[in-house]
Amino acid sequence: MSTLEQLKEQIRKALPDLDVVIGWEQGYDAMHATPLFIRTEEDIDRLIWSPLCVHSLGTYLTGLTKTPNVRKVGLVVKGCDSRAIVQLTQERMIPRENIVLFGVGCTGCLSHARLEYKVEQGGHYVEDMHSITFNGDKVEVAVNGDVESFDFDTVCLEKCLTCRFPNAIATEHFAGEQVPVAPKCEKAPSLEAFEKLSLEERFAFWQDQMRRCVRCYACRNTCPMCVCRDHCISTSRNPHWVSQETSSAENFMFQMIHTMHLAGRCIECGECQRACPVDLPIMLFRRTMVHAMKDTFGYISGADPEATPPLLTFKVEEDNIKERGW
Amino acid sequence: MSARNGVLSDTRELRVVGFLCNWCSYGGADTAGVARFEQPTDLRIIRVPCSGRIDPLFIMRALVSGADGVLVSGCHPRDCHYAEGNYYARRRLELLKQFLPITGIDPQRFEYTWVSASEGARWQEVVTKFTNRIHELGPAPRMQGGSGYDELCLKQIEEGVKQGPACPCHKERAL
Repeated sequence: MSTLEQLKEQIRKALPDLDVVIGWEQGYDAMHATPLFIRTEEDIDRLIWSPLCVHSLGTYLTGLTKTPNVRKVGLVVKGCDSRAIVQLTQERMIPRENIVLFGVGCTGCLSHARLEYKVEQGGHYVEDMHSITFNGDKVEVAVNGDVESFDFDTVCLEKCLTCRFPNAIATEHFAGEQVPVAPKCEKAPSLEAFEKLSLEERFAFWQDQMRRCVRCYACRNTCPMCVCRDHCISTSRNPHWVSQETSSAENFMFQMIHTMHLAGRCIECGECQRACPVDLPIMLFRRTMVHAMKDTFGYISGADPEATPPLLTFKVEEDNIKERGW
Repeated sequence: MSARNGVLSDTRELRVVGFLCNWCSYGGADTAGVARFEQPTDLRIIRVPCSGRIDPLFIMRALVSGADGVLVSGCHPRDCHYAEGNYYARRRLELLKQFLPITGIDPQRFEYTWVSASEGARWQEVVTKFTNRIHELGPAPRMQGGSGYDELCLKQIEEGVKQGPACPCHKERAL
């Protein structure tokens, strides 16, 4: 039985006790998946599972579990998605007892941005792509009568290259086989390249990038860890943290707010960067914070349901903080 | 208190923001003042109830808004008026310190330290050293430039509208 069949079977069995199960279905074309809200038995047939299922569905939970007529929610989760649930549970942001997780093992997700770039480089138009097949390490795209083949590693999301949690953790159900943990590289290639730049170059880079930010807040709205919803300080007038001016500095300030509020919480799902309409490389900020958290406190967000997030506690003698003797 | 001769070379005054805890470091700075220790005048002090009150975003906001340096000072660990505020502060400030390099802001422009109310001499040393360091670094670069839509895109959109269906984006769609 395939992973998808197994998943459908598990959902079918659990559905009578659940108000809704969220998964993915085929989107408006062959290249895209879109979230699917399963409420009845018939909806289950529309469920899909493939590298197109990029969305972190955990972002619905904090709102949905507060909706009056929704008591129990089911959710299909990949490895990174399940970490979001673990982290939210640690912070008591979601009623974990009312959530049923259907875990899967993930071999990586498609980056539409990278694929479209490749297709355009090959002299084709993105609009002409009409089917996609995943064939082991290869991705085959039918575009304008031709079939273009790419290595999966060159068109997957960057987070998948460094992924250490391909299998969903702390779930009630698990469909299919466990996927071997095989990170392709230690550190994200983009971060490694960026760290080679000098401070001046970095500052100039961000100044240039931040002027493109349109402050649509897609990065915030898609983030499973952003739980303030209508009370986000970046859009509040009191306190007035960010002005309405759309300058590089104010846009940068907004990104700083997002990064700081994800310190020790970000599970590197990469949804912020994926959702960004102007492709700002904001994962550079997130990853740096994640590395700092790991180096200083040995903490990986969403990996252990029993752990206490480091910023909610302290040690009298810190292990890795060298106080400056000056 | 404002005598700068001998403490600093005669450079232009820079903007240094100091977040001082009410119970220790603010008292320490006061002690230094009462004792008439020479201090640099670049520092603008913001008095906070506890170093634990300091959100790392206070520091980011100050740096983004044009501060050339930010100094945070609280009670020594184990001496917090509220028992453990500075322990939480230490974790947050350390993370900020490690995070700053990726933004291109020099982490040398931010420092955190501990000064107690009786340590007037230590306060003088800390504030002088830090201000000297900021003077060596010079004024901080400011983020310039408005939204991309204001300058670049509007021009492109304007040109596209002028050309009508002959503009590049229309051609692309036609193919």
